[in-house]
Amino acid sequence: MSTPGNDKTFSNPVMNWIEYRLPIFSFIDNSVGSNYPTPRNLNYWWNFGSLAGVVLVIMIASGIVLAMQYTAHVGYAFESVERIMRDVNYGWLLRYLHMNGGSMFFILVYIHMFRGMYFGSFKSPRELVWIFGVMLILAMMATAFMGYVLPWGQMSFWGATVITNLFSAIPIVGESIVTWLWGGFSVANPTLNRFFALHYLFPFVIFALVFMHLWALHIHRSGNPTGIDPKSPEDTIPFHPYYTIKDAFGLGVFMIVFMAFVFFAPNFFGEPDNYIKANSMVTPPHIVPEWYFLPFYAILRAITFNILFIPAKLGGVIAMFGAVLILAVLPWLDRGKVRSARFRPVYKQFFWIFVADCIVLGIAGGKPPEGYWIPIGQAATAYYFLHFLVILPLLSKFERTLAPPESISAAVLQSNAGKKGAS
Amino acid sequence: MDKLLNIRISQALAAAALAIGLLAGPGVNSVNASEGAPTPPAQAWSFNGIFGSYDRAALKRGYQIYAEVCVSCHSLNLLSYRNLMEIGFTIDEVKAIAAESEVQGGPDAEGDPVMRAALPSDRFVPPFANDNAARASNNGALPPDLSLIAKARKGGPDYLYALLTGFHEEAPEGMTLPDGMNYNEYFPGHKIAMAPPLDGETVEYADGTPATLAQEAHDIVTFLTWAANPELEQRKSMGIKVILFLIVWTGMLYAWKVRIWKKLH
Repeated sequence: MSTPGNDKTFSNPVMNWIEYRLPIFSFIDNSVGSNYPTPRNLNYWWNFGSLAGVVLVIMIASGIVLAMQYTAHVGYAFESVERIMRDVNYGWLLRYLHMNGGSMFFILVYIHMFRGMYFGSFKSPRELVWIFGVMLILAMMATAFMGYVLPWGQMSFWGATVITNLFSAIPIVGESIVTWLWGGFSVANPTLNRFFALHYLFPFVIFALVFMHLWALHIHRSGNPTGIDPKSPEDTIPFHPYYTIKDAFGLGVFMIVFMAFVFFAPNFFGEPDNYIKANSMVTPPHIVPEWYFLPFYAILRAITFNILFIPAKLGGVIAMFGAVLILAVLPWLDRGKVRSARFRPVYKQFFWIFVADCIVLGIAGGKPPEGYWIPIGQAATAYYFLHFLVILPLLSKFERTLAPPESISAAVLQSNAGKKGAS
Repeated sequence: MDKLLNIRISQALAAAALAIGLLAGPGVNSVNASEGAPTPPAQAWSFNGIFGSYDRAALKRGYQIYAEVCVSCHSLNLLSYRNLMEIGFTIDEVKAIAAESEVQGGPDAEGDPVMRAALPSDRFVPPFANDNAARASNNGALPPDLSLIAKARKGGPDYLYALLTGFHEEAPEGMTLPDGMNYNEYFPGHKIAMAPPLDGETVEYADGTPATLAQEAHDIVTFLTWAANPELEQRKSMGIKVILFLIVWTGMLYAWKVRIWKKLH
């Protein structure tokens, strides 16, 4: 028995019955199975996408159970989280999983993005894969920001106040937009309620975006460290079992790290102030967002001066959102034909300088805006945009690239013969 | 060769920035540092480390200090009397402790409010009816709730210990203390409304342990750390099993991976 357009048959008659009506087994096989050809030379940097997918599932699963115990009301939110921690069976485990899962999600996705930049995964024909990725990081940021407000601690409240107030920088309608976002005239119960509703909704938006990201990926399939396209069957191997087992092993390593934080340092990424209940009458001495927002927070604060008719506050907001949105046009800023940094000696250096710049931004974002941290943050911000707007366009025009290997299999055989084990 | 060297330099730069980031990471948001308070010295707590657990005797002594000293100003709102059974009190002891306080019960047959003795299921009865009453009795300062204090301060238990043992009779020269304020080496800004709560003779321990300032501070901080992290022992013992399982599981996956990939080369 065969299905229209697919001659896949199984020894199990039940599977054949289903396959004939809904070809789900061939769909799986064509997506992540033995019928999905994958470059044979993917290194461990290619594990982070699937890891992020697993963490998304963990976040949704733990989040749904937490939502069953959480109360989205300013009078009860903080206490209901503590009730989860103290009285709900394994509530502390669910909550610490969710809390640290958020940090892990960002670590994985940031590495995933840097991998895409290093190996040119955003380049033609995978621009849409990359753009869905940028939409994903934006949706993740919105979700994480609103989730951080829910425990209704001091940082939740003041973080929400600072970030929502950014919209007041928009000319003319800014103040009205902020009132509309709050559902009132300050961050209060209506704000907490809508953030809870949206925090529950957004993960499903993320899920849909992941589907688009993967759909686009599966058209032209994974890139690879050499950046050249597979040319012959020798260049590819089936996804299953080769990459299913490699991803499973990577997942094991990641889970050891993740669980070490959950069980032995659950508050490592957190702020002590968030264990103090929100109080609109007491401002914490130093309001900071979660660590994964610090580079963008540094960019926001770097604009301390008016630019022509743009006031400093609006300038900061534009710069901060611009820092994320500029990623969406990366495929057109870096138009070099050679994808992988392995064959772009100059780009490779600028890539690492860019990584260092992002780390400097992250540190500057966590420091109080005083003393030498102001010029450091400003210089790092300037370099961030310089990298995208000047260095990358010039490099793609003038860089003398090295000759990529003949084929993926040639590269693999060469590296096996030469430096054994390196990838 | 030049190119190779340059690549090394930029990679070293990134590595250096990463290293600085990791080192600065925990201190990135340091509030205390910016206000001139020294870093509290690390103490050897029984609950430190992956095998850590609470010193039961210290927990009970710590509860005694809370019940005899702290409770006159500080609430413990997130804990119930029944939670004391987790640190070794029997149900009868807990009933007796709870019954010492009164809470408002349901209305009587006439609809008038009645007061009743607290039960083990009741939350710890706070010393003041509300924040205003607390401020009125404390020279305008609000004594914080202690349920989460061990998590809600940078430095956690080490900071609390340093604070409790960090009072000085006199402020250093050049600093004037307003009326009712005290000098503390570790408090951000150094001026704290709380008078030194412990002095080494504050309590007479029920278990006969000699009461010194260090002993008292150690015991109350152990108790407050438990109050903020009652799940700590369960969490750490489960964590060890989870990590051990994951190491074995990941090792097996690695062996399997090597076996599958062998077919390729």
